[in-house]
Amino acid sequence: MKRRGPLAFCLRLIFLAALVGLWQLVVVALDMPAFVVPAPTRVAYALYQGIGSDIYTTHLYVTVVETLLGFALGCVLAFLFGSVIAMSRTVEYYLYPLVVMFQAMPKVALVPIIVIWFGLGMSSKVVSAALVAFFPLMVNTIVGLRSADEDRVNLMRSLAASRWQIFRMLQLPNATPYLFAGLEIAMIFALIGAIVAELLGAEKGLGMYMQSLNFNMDVAGQFSILFILAILGLTLNGLIVLVRRRVLFWDRSRDTDVSSVSKGDVL
Amino acid sequence: MEPIVDPAAHGTFRTRSGGMIAVERLSLTYGRGASRVVALRDISFRITDGEFAVVVGPSGCGKSTLLKILGGLLSPTSGVAELKGQPITGPRRDIGVVFQTPVLFPWRTVVGNVMLPADVQGLDQTAMQQRALELLGQVGLGGFERRYPRELSGGMQQRVGIVRALLNDPAILLMDEPFGALDAMTRETLNVELQRMWMQRRITVLFITHSISEAVFLADRVIVLTPRPGTIGDQFEVDLPRPRTLEAMNTERFGHYVRRVRSALSARGGLE
Repeated sequence: MKRRGPLAFCLRLIFLAALVGLWQLVVVALDMPAFVVPAPTRVAYALYQGIGSDIYTTHLYVTVVETLLGFALGCVLAFLFGSVIAMSRTVEYYLYPLVVMFQAMPKVALVPIIVIWFGLGMSSKVVSAALVAFFPLMVNTIVGLRSADEDRVNLMRSLAASRWQIFRMLQLPNATPYLFAGLEIAMIFALIGAIVAELLGAEKGLGMYMQSLNFNMDVAGQFSILFILAILGLTLNGLIVLVRRRVLFWDRSRDTDVSSVSKGDVL
Repeated sequence: MEPIVDPAAHGTFRTRSGGMIAVERLSLTYGRGASRVVALRDISFRITDGEFAVVVGPSGCGKSTLLKILGGLLSPTSGVAELKGQPITGPRRDIGVVFQTPVLFPWRTVVGNVMLPADVQGLDQTAMQQRALELLGQVGLGGFERRYPRELSGGMQQRVGIVRALLNDPAILLMDEPFGALDAMTRETLNVELQRMWMQRRITVLFITHSISEAVFLADRVIVLTPRPGTIGDQFEVDLPRPRTLEAMNTERFGHYVRRVRSALSARGGLE
C-alpha cells in the first residue's frame, strides 16, 4: 500500500465515523426494531455492559486458549507433514491425493463430526481449530521448502553438505517467508475453527455465548461479540506480523499487510 | 592431445602423475533414445599446479556440464576426471566453486556467507572467521562484513562469492562464467582484480567464459570448446607477460591469440 500523509488518515477516520453515523440515522429514521438491526449506540452499550460484567472476559479467555492451542497443534503437525512431503517424493506420491481431496473440501464441514467425537468441552474446539489451521501452513511449508533455487542447492552440494545441512542451512531459512505467510493465515483460520465448533455446541466461549444471545434475539449483544472477535483476530494476526518482522528482516519483498503467497485455501 | 586410437578402448585409461587436473576422454550424454544429447565428447586436457586455465566456447558447448563434472555434481558417461591423481566421484571439500550469479544467502551477513563452507564442513570457527575477514579486506570489502548481500552492488556480491570459494584454501578454483552477469566495465575491473588475487596465491584455476578477450586476458592456457557435441577445438598456452593490463588487450600479440580462438570456433561452429 502507498504511504499517505496524516491528512489522509484523518479523512479515513472521518469516513468510518460517517458510515457509523449513517447506520444510526437509517435505524432511527426507519424506526427499525433492535432485534433486527440495532443502532450503533445500542451495540456500544451492550459492549460496555458485557465487558463491565466480566461475562465477556471469561468467554473471551476460553476462545483465546482454544484458538492458540489449536493453532499450535495444527502448526506443529503442518510443519512436520509438510517437511516430510517436501523432502520425500515417495511420501508425496502416496499422500498427495489425500492432500488434494482435503484441500478441496470445506474443512468447517468436518466440525460437527469433531464435536461428536471430542465432546462439548474445549478439546473439540482445539481439534477443530487445529484442523482448519493445518492446511494453509502445510501447503506453504511444502512450497517454501521446495522453493530453494537450484544454484543455491548446487552450492551446498558442491560444499559436500549433507541432506540435513541443506535442509537446515538453506531450505528452512529460505522457506521462512512462506512459513510466515502460512502462519498468518493459520492463526485466523484457527479462530474460525474454534468459533464454528463453539457455535455447534460448547460449554463456554464467545461462539457459544453468541449462540445463546441469538436465542434471546439480542442482536445488539451479537454485534458486540462480532466486534470483539474482529479485534481478537486483528490482535492475533498482529502478533504473527510482529514476529515476522523480527525474523524476516532480510526479506524486503513482503512488507505489505497480508502476505500473498498462498491464500487460495478458502473455507 | 592424444589422438583417438581405438574407440573400443573406452574405459581403459592411463593415469600420468603430475598435474592438478587430468581429464581423459571424458564424455557425457544426456537422455537416451531420440532425445539423446551428447553434451561432451572425448574431452582430454590437463592443468598443471598453479595454472590458470580458461575454457572458452559459445553457449551450448558443454562448458557448464564440464564444470559440474569437475565439481562432482555430475558423473560422466565415460572417461575420467582426476584431481591430484584421484578420480572425482562426488563433491569434494578441496574444490572451490564460483557460480554465474553470486549465490549468496540473503539471511546471512557478508561474513556469514563467506563462512558457509566452514559451517558446512565443521571447520574451526575462530581461525576461519579470521581468514574470512582477511580475505574480505583483500578484495576491498573491509567494513562491509556485517552488511547483508542486498546492500551490496553486483560486483561486490560476486567478490563475496569468490572469497567464499577461497575460504578453505581449495586445491582448485572452478569458476563458471563468474562475471557474465555484470556490466562490461565492472567485468574488466574484476578481471584485473582476479589476476592480482591469483598472482598472490598461484592457486589452480579453471575458468569458464564465452568471452574470447576475457579468456585470453586471464589464461595461461586456453581450451576452446566447440558445440554439438562439445569437443575441444583447440588448446594452447598464452605467452603474455603478467601482470597483464587492460591496455595489453590492444597489442598485436593479444590479437593473435584472439584470432586463434576465433578460427578454432569458426572451423567447427556455425554449420552443423
